[in-house]
Amino acid sequence: MEVLKSPLSASQKGKLISAGYTSINLLSSVSPSHLALELKISEAEALEILKTVSDGSRSESTSTSCTIVKGAQSAWDMLQEEETLVRITTSSSDFDNILGGGISCKEVTEIGGVPGIGKTQLGIQLAVNVQIPFDYGGLGGKAIYIDTEGSFMVERALQIAEACGDDMAEYSRLYRKGFHSHEVKIQPKDFLENIFYFRVCSYTEQIALINYLDKFITDHKDVKVVIIDSITFHFRQDFDDMALRTRLLGGMALKLMKLARKFGVAVVVLNQVTTKYSDGSFHLALALGDSWSHASTNRIILHWNGNERYAYIDKSPSLRSASAPYSVTGKGIRDSPSNNKRIKNI
Amino acid sequence: MANKLISEMGLPKSIGHIFAARNIITAKDALSLTEFELMELLDVGLTQVTLAVALISEIASPPYQTVQSLLEQRMQNEYLTGHLPTHLKGLDLALFGGIPFGALTELVGPAGIGKTQVKKEGADGLFWLQFCLKMSVLATLPSCYGGLDGHVIYIDVESKFSSRRLIEIGLNSFPEIFHLEGMAKEMAGRITVLRPGSLSEFTESLQKIKVSLLQNQVKLLVVDSMAALVSGEYEQGPPRQHPLGWHISFIKSLAEFSRIPVVMTNQVRSRSATEISNYSFQGEKRDDCGNFDSHLVAALGIHWAHAVTIRLVLESRSGKRFIKVAKSPMSPPLSFPFKITSSGILLLNDDGIEMSGPQINAIDHQGHSDIILS
Repeated sequence: MEVLKSPLSASQKGKLISAGYTSINLLSSVSPSHLALELKISEAEALEILKTVSDGSRSESTSTSCTIVKGAQSAWDMLQEEETLVRITTSSSDFDNILGGGISCKEVTEIGGVPGIGKTQLGIQLAVNVQIPFDYGGLGGKAIYIDTEGSFMVERALQIAEACGDDMAEYSRLYRKGFHSHEVKIQPKDFLENIFYFRVCSYTEQIALINYLDKFITDHKDVKVVIIDSITFHFRQDFDDMALRTRLLGGMALKLMKLARKFGVAVVVLNQVTTKYSDGSFHLALALGDSWSHASTNRIILHWNGNERYAYIDKSPSLRSASAPYSVTGKGIRDSPSNNKRIKNI
Repeated sequence: MANKLISEMGLPKSIGHIFAARNIITAKDALSLTEFELMELLDVGLTQVTLAVALISEIASPPYQTVQSLLEQRMQNEYLTGHLPTHLKGLDLALFGGIPFGALTELVGPAGIGKTQVKKEGADGLFWLQFCLKMSVLATLPSCYGGLDGHVIYIDVESKFSSRRLIEIGLNSFPEIFHLEGMAKEMAGRITVLRPGSLSEFTESLQKIKVSLLQNQVKLLVVDSMAALVSGEYEQGPPRQHPLGWHISFIKSLAEFSRIPVVMTNQVRSRSATEISNYSFQGEKRDDCGNFDSHLVAALGIHWAHAVTIRLVLESRSGKRFIKVAKSPMSPPLSFPFKITSSGILLLNDDGIEMSGPQINAIDHQGHSDIILS
């Protein structure tokens, strides 16, 4: 690897090259003090350079050698982890089924669909469902809701929270008679208290907030889901420089994936649809273009099929491509009423 | 807070100066670059850049609120819990009290302009006009009569606004107020009508509105109609950027920061045969619901539809007229049959009929021969 491509500042690179260190391999046997003398820099700075450089070359070597590297994981471990992976229910059992139990934590899931299909509804539902306590098969976590469009409705969140509380009360009445008779029902107020709502008014704020989330979640460890409604809005207007847009979106996607991995949170990104020309005809497709479509781990499209709303898994490394009906009711997302377990495998 | 100055953020002095020297002044400048680009540009190490970016991000990101505190705040500060009632009982129930503050409500229906259309669709077109006028009256009414006691800004693109009609509606609906001496003048005086002739004039007036929203007691913004603004300005081929892109976000932010309801109308156009409603994975099947000639779609496309919070559609089916709640975050898709009486619009059924599937977004117009205005 060349010094030019290493993550060092320009003046440091300049000094290295003028001292003859054009390749990083040449630095492998240099001591910090020697380097400091040669480049006429402080010893601390020389140490810093050597550290950076060895970090870079180490990550490069992983591709060639199979040695055990810090930060890597064996496939077996990953499987173990996947199996214990917790999921957030969508409140529709059919939808959960095709997702393998719900929206998975540690992954970025993108959900798109036409206006009015229920994206925001699903977002609010997840923000409530993530709080279902462990005793009820939930995560007992908290939610971050990032609203870029201003479509979040407090009244609706209250409604969904009430319904969720009622369902839990019903559940404990049916299945644990006499068990926890002293148990008190979770109030809708408590649900709403645990949703952190951010209103983002420009793309700069959106980037800033996503950078800041790292710190925020460190301070609020029990956050288990981050919902961005929607990722698209600010990036679809006021943008002349498409290359810049792609770059910013790419950076954001990476940060979201990192967040999901690092804290084990589910990142749910809502996206709008647009029309796209391919194979000689126009189709609906999720917005932000092809390069963005690589950004999320899972991609779900919500669409109309006849008179029913369907969720379709468009892309996922671990799930089969399938679709399932769901419905949006006064209580939130639920199973489709007319459905009798007819999940189609494609 | 995108334009917050980096110099005010309390970065370590040394690096703060470098940012200033490289003309990276605001948070927007800094965050539009990747960390590596910043390193190149500023000529400092990775750790310093990461720290600086983290700090800038923290300061530039918006503050959070829990939804509970948001709810409490709205309950406390807002008259009528943040909704402007339409005085159509069923509709108000479905929308939790009426047209919500701080969000866009779109009214979709035939435009009723153009000479050929006047006879055929004029009556329907005037329906939303009447609705907008009624909402304007309601917003100006004193609060003891259920109004918002405020001013109204009415952007009248198609020159359809009629003061005479406004007073008539006032007299019919609230005779006890409008018959009072000088009340009609007072009420009508609170409605400011703007008539932009082009998109650029519209842009200009929007910017002026922002100032007057801060100064006056404006409680409602009406735009009639949004579609008329662009219908003349579409160039050939799909434009890269939506011509109304800027306006969408601007109006949304206006609505939000001043917490007022915004009502805008959208026209319909006939659905073209190549209209797309399928994803590529759904295959080539065409949905055969409804015959094509009676099938209409909203004039502003899908991008616009994403931006509005509530969409109400006026349609007629087999001689009956309906108001549909086609998109709403709080209500299931409902359809309310109504009729026009001498005292105004009357919903025939306050529960509404729940709709499903493509019916929600379809706009039917069959057999609109009856005259609905008295």
